[in-house]
Amino acid sequence: MARGTVLGRLGWRIGEVAEITAETPRVSSIAIGVPDWPGHLAGQHVDVRLSAEDGYQAQRSYSIASAPEDRRITITVERLDDGEVSPYLVGELRARDKIELRGPIGGFFVWRAPGDRPLLLIAGGSGVVPLMAMIRHRAAARDRTPVRLLYSSRALEDVIYREELERLASADPTLGVRHTLTRSHPDGWHGYARRLDRQMIEDVAWPAQPAPAVFICGPTSFVEAAGSLLVEHGYDPGWIKTERFGATGG
Amino acid sequence: MAFISRGFKGRRRDPDSSSRVPPGQHTVNDFPVLSAGPTPRVDLAKWTFTINGEIDKPKTWTWDQFKNLPTENITVDIHCVTKWSKLDTAWRGVSVDTLMEGVETAAEYVVAFSDGGYTTNMPLDEITDHKAWVVYEYGGAPLHPEHGGPVRLLVPHLYLWKSAKWVRGLTLKNADEPGFWESNGYNNHGDPWREERYWGD
Amino acid sequence: MTVEQADMKLDGNAIGGLLAEIFNMEMTAAEGTCGGCGAVNAVGRVDVYVNAPGTVVRCPACGKVLMRIVHGHGRYWIDLSGIRCLELVEPGT
Repeated sequence: MARGTVLGRLGWRIGEVAEITAETPRVSSIAIGVPDWPGHLAGQHVDVRLSAEDGYQAQRSYSIASAPEDRRITITVERLDDGEVSPYLVGELRARDKIELRGPIGGFFVWRAPGDRPLLLIAGGSGVVPLMAMIRHRAAARDRTPVRLLYSSRALEDVIYREELERLASADPTLGVRHTLTRSHPDGWHGYARRLDRQMIEDVAWPAQPAPAVFICGPTSFVEAAGSLLVEHGYDPGWIKTERFGATGG
Repeated sequence: MAFISRGFKGRRRDPDSSSRVPPGQHTVNDFPVLSAGPTPRVDLAKWTFTINGEIDKPKTWTWDQFKNLPTENITVDIHCVTKWSKLDTAWRGVSVDTLMEGVETAAEYVVAFSDGGYTTNMPLDEITDHKAWVVYEYGGAPLHPEHGGPVRLLVPHLYLWKSAKWVRGLTLKNADEPGFWESNGYNNHGDPWREERYWGD
Repeated sequence: MTVEQADMKLDGNAIGGLLAEIFNMEMTAAEGTCGGCGAVNAVGRVDVYVNAPGTVVRCPACGKVLMRIVHGHGRYWIDLSGIRCLELVEPGT
């Protein structure tokens, strides 16, 4: 296991919010400076803990969006209207606030450059966050492993990192990005406009030889559907790593 | 000094000054769904409810037979060990006393068992004498699977983990046998008014 | 936004922090053999239910309970009896 992942006791640290950037109407990225941050791998997450004055605490996990090469860590959070933590992080939190977190956490759903197999990344909604860390890490490491991102969102305004993905893809022919919008799409839209299905997988997925590495992240039902389609397409389940996001918090 | 997140208040927790709310609990207006596994899919044509164990002859009801038993409408407060309480919940079902009519047993304990393998244990006298029901309606409608439908146990004077969802029967026992949560840290008795949450409480 | 019941099932990645807290090691890449059906899966791949009085971990192949973890009053109660064998890579390897 690479440096910084399992060394030392996993303890709570206090970071300081450096910057908050709105990505979409409901999603913001929060850049945090964490003293003595041990480093992380693309795909890992942090646990964030909020404490109220009366002692009440709430805790949620958020994938790290930033590349390991960045000196700050960034989490990207979707505000759920009936959530408890996300409306605080996206709405109340501001620059210079302190935030308690622990990490990095995870050793299964991680990708390290240099890659040795074609990479297929499939994202449902905010499931794109850990996959974006992988894409950013790959770019920072100047790795040219062929990678395709298939990213499902409700509508164009919900697509997180849209401009950055366009910019990265136009500068790098080995990075392919395909979008599908499931609820509404603009006139003249050239991407997919439906839920993931067999045809979309056939269009986008790498051939089964040489064996690709696959990462799928999003709500459980999305992840299970995508995984099944890939297995039907001929992929070995062992090539596919998944991370299910729940609305167990919000 | 413990770290405080500036401006964080958390979900509004109604102060538990009401005498109806046990210590450490707060009231909620929604009905949280807690689940230790997949929601069982039940075929009512094959569903049965059984009382077995320390009994001369096990008693079994099919769904049709069960629906023909005398029912009661009950409104009770429920208390989950995860600290939420819900007041005035309205249920319809069969009293355990009705199910136990005519049963002769020396058993002092019972284990409720459910589809999916869940179990929970109690002294038998904690579910008799108007203390427990086997319910199939909530809020005037058939009990939803996510809340334990078609049928769940309801034991409102104990923490809600004792109100086994997807219940299929009761096993009468001479010796107490800790159930799914009772064998893994949760209190064997579970009285919310004495805050019997964990082992040793 | 409503939570679909099916979406309440997560995976071992969701308890990476809890397991690291208890075992002082990264555990999501550890491979467990199900004591019921023998399926071998990384902890990151197994089914996890966190919306319960405790955490329940189940085999994705047969549904058998692999682990139960209850945390309260400064104590953890951990049942690993559903796992026949757990394989971990030594840190630093």
